[in-house]
Amino acid sequence: MSTPAKRTPLSERRLLKIARPIIIIVALIATWQLTVTLTGAPKYMLPTPVDVWHTLITRYAVLFDHARYTIAETVIGLFAGATLGALAAIPMALFTPVRFWLMPILLVSQAIPFFALAPLLVLWLGFGLASKIAMAALIIFFPVTVAFFDGLARTEPGWLDLARTMGASRWRLLTHIRLPAALPAFASGFRVATAVAPIGAVIGEWVGSSHGLGYLMLHANARVQIDMVFACLLILCAFSITQYFIVDRVLRAALPWQPDSLTPVR
Amino acid sequence: MTDTTPKPTAAPNPTQFDIDLRSARVAFGGVDIFHDLDLGLPAGSFTCLLGPSGVGKSTLLRFLADLVEGDVSGNITCSDGVPLKGRIAYMAQQDLLLPWRTVRENVELGASLRGQRPDHDKADRLIAEVGLSNAAHLHPAELSGGMKQRAALARTLMEDRPVVLMDEPFSALDPVNRLRLQELAAQVLRGKTVLLVTHDPLEALRLGDFVHVLRGSPAHLQDAITPTGHSPRDITDADILRQQAELLRQLGANETAAAAVSENAQ
Repeated sequence: MSTPAKRTPLSERRLLKIARPIIIIVALIATWQLTVTLTGAPKYMLPTPVDVWHTLITRYAVLFDHARYTIAETVIGLFAGATLGALAAIPMALFTPVRFWLMPILLVSQAIPFFALAPLLVLWLGFGLASKIAMAALIIFFPVTVAFFDGLARTEPGWLDLARTMGASRWRLLTHIRLPAALPAFASGFRVATAVAPIGAVIGEWVGSSHGLGYLMLHANARVQIDMVFACLLILCAFSITQYFIVDRVLRAALPWQPDSLTPVR
Repeated sequence: MTDTTPKPTAAPNPTQFDIDLRSARVAFGGVDIFHDLDLGLPAGSFTCLLGPSGVGKSTLLRFLADLVEGDVSGNITCSDGVPLKGRIAYMAQQDLLLPWRTVRENVELGASLRGQRPDHDKADRLIAEVGLSNAAHLHPAELSGGMKQRAALARTLMEDRPVVLMDEPFSALDPVNRLRLQELAAQVLRGKTVLLVTHDPLEALRLGDFVHVLRGSPAHLQDAITPTGHSPRDITDADILRQQAELLRQLGANETAAAAVSENAQ
């Protein structure tokens, strides 16, 4: 005998999962609109959501044109920084002397405020893409290196014992056990990197550029086109979130054994 | 579908040499775990090592496997004059299966680590012998504890080394699975020289030709108890239960507890 369909707690939770981001976005927009209404802020201080939406629609071509640059800088910077981070982590994990020489340099490098480096990078690498890619890559290099190095250094000791009794060479031990075992740690570093890479690109654009959302924001700000600044911010947000979710999905699919993807997502 | 699982067979290449360990000494932090320790492992014999936690059973096993680093001395000689190094297979309490490899790929791990072409037919045969034919394509996360340890046993057998060192390989299993795996191990390892570390006196008496207790600090070996008959033995047998009482006494169980076990045996 079948019982009439009831809303189980599970389906409620699923519904909430879909509804939650929508509720959050609607609530944020409502708060924004309410703030404008209550404070009576002029359009050149705080435009309404409708103003910004209007700008997004009418200035679509300009925004899209500049967004392309920022996206390219971020994505290239992300992969460049992650590659360099991985290339630094592997020899540090394999050779103790390399670790002793490189680790202090890495730590000292973290004491440098990267934002202060942006003018130098623009001076050295020019107004084009290169200086922004370098900025994004520099910002993400450290989190990726540290996370991956940590993963490589923490190989399950039992696996190392087993490999030793099996007569594994140092190289095969690395490629067959230590590297794959450290990939989940690398993935954590890469996720952090994905979230911060756009910051590097935008900072680079602020300091000196002729293209990109950072450039557009700076100029719009100077001309008191605050609706344009907000439109740029919204695009940056949407891009960052999309990029993060794509990276997260790809990493989960590529590393199905990593602990956090073994627990079912409800 | 017919059951094509082959009956487990004894190891194909019986071990032909005796192992003689003389004056073994291992110290950690200046404290001797054991010294002047002698142990003989006759060709093709199954030796079990019992002892309280932390006494150095695993250290002795790892010493034989050349996995202990630091303050170590002693002589290991084989009666055929060939060094022991490179002739052992190691099986630990954890299954040590690599989570990114399937059961079959895990069984073939040794060959990959040595850069050899794995013998797929042999792997499939051994996987069938341990009863995992239907699970050969699965990843460890999809296996039960018993299945994982079966896969680890197949990986150990795949190495086909004359000497097999096992460190509490069945202790994490439920009682029924433990008995099954003990039986399987007794069959497939027959003819190989085996040293098994265990907490469980009955497991030792069920499987071992020689059962040693390691105790004291620095630890020393008690004279071997030699259960009669072929393994796997019936653990309800009166002789076995009497020997269990003797082992419990050697392990330092209080006299009344050991006497109770002995009485049950009458």
